Amino acid sequence: MNWRFHLLPAIALALGACATAAEPSAQTTAQSAASPVKALPARVSYPKDPFPSTYKPMPSEDVLIRNATVFDGLGGEIKNGAVLIQGGKIVAVGSEAAMTLPAGIKTIDASGKWVTPGIIDIHSHLGVYPSPGISAHQDGNEISGAVTAEVWAEHGLWPQDPGFTRAMAGGITAMEILPGSANLFGGRGVIIKAVPSRTAQGMKFPGAPYTLKMACGENPKRVYGYGNGGDGAGGKPYSRMGNVAGYREAWQNATEYKRKWDKYDAEFDAWEKEAKSPKPKDAGKQDDKSDKPADPPDAPDRNLQLDTLMGVLNGEILVQQHCYRADEMAQIIDLSKEFGYKVSAFHHGVEAYKIADLLAANGICGALWADWWGFKAEAYDGIRENIPMVHKAKGGCAIVHSDDAYGIQRLNQEAAKALADGLKAGINISKAEAWTWLSRNPAKALGILDKTGTLEPGKGADIVIWSGDPFSVYSRADLVFVDGAVTWNRADVNSQPVTDFELGQPGEGDRK
Amino acid sequence: MIRNLLLAATLLATAPCALAQTVAITGGRVVTNTSQGIIENGTVVMNNGRIVSVGTGAAPAGATVVDAKGKWITPGLFAALSRIGLAELDSEDSTNNTSAGRSKFQTSLRAADSFDPDNTAIAVSRIEGVTRVALVEGVGDGLLSGYGALADTTGSFNSIFARDVVMYAELGESGASSAGGSRSAAWTWLTTAIDDAKAYPRGFSEDGEGDLLSSKEALAFKPVVEGRVPLMIEVHSATDILQVLTLRQREPKMKLILLGATEGWRVASQIAAAGVPVIVNSLTNLPDRFEELGATLENAGRLSAAGVKVAIADPNEATHNTRLIQQLAGNAVANGMSWADAFAAITSVPASIYGRSDLGSLKSGAIADVVIWDGDPLELMSSPDAVYIAGVSTPMVSRQTKLRDRYLNLDEDKPQAYERQ
Repeated sequence: MNWRFHLLPAIALALGACATAAEPSAQTTAQSAASPVKALPARVSYPKDPFPSTYKPMPSEDVLIRNATVFDGLGGEIKNGAVLIQGGKIVAVGSEAAMTLPAGIKTIDASGKWVTPGIIDIHSHLGVYPSPGISAHQDGNEISGAVTAEVWAEHGLWPQDPGFTRAMAGGITAMEILPGSANLFGGRGVIIKAVPSRTAQGMKFPGAPYTLKMACGENPKRVYGYGNGGDGAGGKPYSRMGNVAGYREAWQNATEYKRKWDKYDAEFDAWEKEAKSPKPKDAGKQDDKSDKPADPPDAPDRNLQLDTLMGVLNGEILVQQHCYRADEMAQIIDLSKEFGYKVSAFHHGVEAYKIADLLAANGICGALWADWWGFKAEAYDGIRENIPMVHKAKGGCAIVHSDDAYGIQRLNQEAAKALADGLKAGINISKAEAWTWLSRNPAKALGILDKTGTLEPGKGADIVIWSGDPFSVYSRADLVFVDGAVTWNRADVNSQPVTDFELGQPGEGDRK
Repeated sequence: MIRNLLLAATLLATAPCALAQTVAITGGRVVTNTSQGIIENGTVVMNNGRIVSVGTGAAPAGATVVDAKGKWITPGLFAALSRIGLAELDSEDSTNNTSAGRSKFQTSLRAADSFDPDNTAIAVSRIEGVTRVALVEGVGDGLLSGYGALADTTGSFNSIFARDVVMYAELGESGASSAGGSRSAAWTWLTTAIDDAKAYPRGFSEDGEGDLLSSKEALAFKPVVEGRVPLMIEVHSATDILQVLTLRQREPKMKLILLGATEGWRVASQIAAAGVPVIVNSLTNLPDRFEELGATLENAGRLSAAGVKVAIADPNEATHNTRLIQQLAGNAVANGMSWADAFAAITSVPASIYGRSDLGSLKSGAIADVVIWDGDPLELMSSPDAVYIAGVSTPMVSRQTKLRDRYLNLDEDKPQAYERQ
């Protein structure tokens, strides 16, 4: 799994560089502009981040949270611990006595309270399936075809979804908004901060990679093959066989598309090199035609759908695969190897416990529910120990996810149930370790672990102060920080955002 | 570890099976749901399927003693609305009996006739402490369901212990849609159906039709309009709730239950004054629909504080996760409801709504549904050690625990399929 995350800094650089191949083209252009040589035709490339994040942290104060029980998100628990936040970043975590404190720093006494990294929900449809769930708001599934890798969840994201504020109240600090699972390739997901904003761009997590939603099993074949997709729907896939054929066809197209672009870039590199350093003139030859540079190579036609798939093959876009059954997950793992990409996480994975070893061996996380089951055949074998059983495999990576505007409000409770059932089955996991399901592991599977997900110096101060043990049903998020700014304060209505939708409506500003 | 746990469970399960034998559960924290409140270090004695005594005395001589020191002893959970036994897989029509929208019948239908005691959700619910459920189907061809029934979670062929205990009606947005497109159409539909049933057989045409209902359907609806069986009406907005409450004047005989009541807190005093109990989902805090704009996590607590009789259930989790009523009640406490009211909302209040004073509490003479918990029963990390239904200890095994045990260790030589659970 790690190879993907090592790429991240490079991706972050590339996002600004607007180059398909890599940054050097931008440099090349600059050099050529400065050189006395006539400007060369530019390489054809497309911006990788045409809808860039405009997120800016809200104002924050430097603060010391003290006297708390701290789960550091790495699996550790610190009794009577402290967390120092300065400039929106975590500066120190541990014993207050060991910290160098700025004079006069504001303190929050968290005696009797718990402090944890903010919860990251790796599977949400907030904004694309918002409240109210009226027909006009169904923006999460582009059921015009089973392969729609060209659509992006952020283009359907309504930032006024009241669900966002409820999630914030539940200690969420970041989430992945995904297209639905109607399609084999549902489109790009987007990673956002749990902050109010007028625009989707204002919520986008700066520097986070894109993701691709794919779906196994019953949903694509039900929506298409069985003809539930609306007028004229139907056609393939009709079966799980058709699902896999559909993936393979698309990946093959992407492979050929990537080959064209790689070829173009190589040829352009060669052409450019040639054009910039013309060979010394052959003294014996007077034919001045050789002085004229050749035409640059033609770029392939752009294909928005294949752009996304190529991003996966290039290791820039992380695959989030909806898949329930153990046998199907095993097929998908082989599929990913056939085409040379990596599945970041299996989502829902109701049968993940049956292949916990296989998932661990392949470095794939399981993003799972605590106890949903039985609503369809592929969810029949759900058990309450799924999460702890995935966790206990050597190298296992378990994530608690919601897929639900209610579940996202209390993922800590879902973790508590899973933990309890694991303990009863003899799987010994501490509460601090279980917190990795809620922040570190989702951050890892989303490629943002270098920025959030644990309480480590240098990371954004995405933190929750809980009124008590967060594995108790009676505890609530008292204070939620994103990049050090308070996004939710249970004790202060002025720190509880109200969406535009709710203004002037019954219950406006009520405790929700 | 698992095997030891199972062994212990089996021992518990086998010992008190003889009904006539007296069993005394001792040393636990007893939640009685009666004026006795919570009894520390209490003793619950049961015999022949009934509670004999609840108090602090010693176990009677000759009784089988179950030591519950450090444990909680409570009545079994009673889900005010459930659909376990009605759908094995929600998405598969062949297994889903939760509603019959394509049937020409509605009031004539009976959930008891759809109930499958072999349904796997029953044991899944039972081992989490649910011992009784009210089975309520969705609507048929109109705004009404058939009759709901009461079932225990033994999974036996005689699980249904009370038939025809409630009927369900949908108004609000869903009802408006079903009735032809408006709330006024839904209201006219319901009141016309009531009038048909009241009038039956007077006014029925020769071919057996009233203004709305057939003679068979009108006859089936009669016990409801005569107040012998309560009508559970699902509405969410404050306005719709007030409209339903006008039935109290129009049809004083009818007994009503409100289901949903998302904005109930806005008209809590009116609901209390009307004496109508409500079944709420205590987690509803989103404006999922325009009829739920005022949704808040504090609804259950506010209604309860206003004197409304509140039960807690989630119709959307009714087929497979009825067990989540425990978590729903815990969250109600976190949002202002008293612990006693929240626990009653998943035990004694549902029993009372369906007229069963012999269930939902631990008192002499009550049916001996008793759960021994390893902690606070509303806590997420607590679960039952033992579940007695009518005095019989039940196995703490479900299809899910068998799957778990089969796959707990993956490094076995032979395929898991050879492993018997």
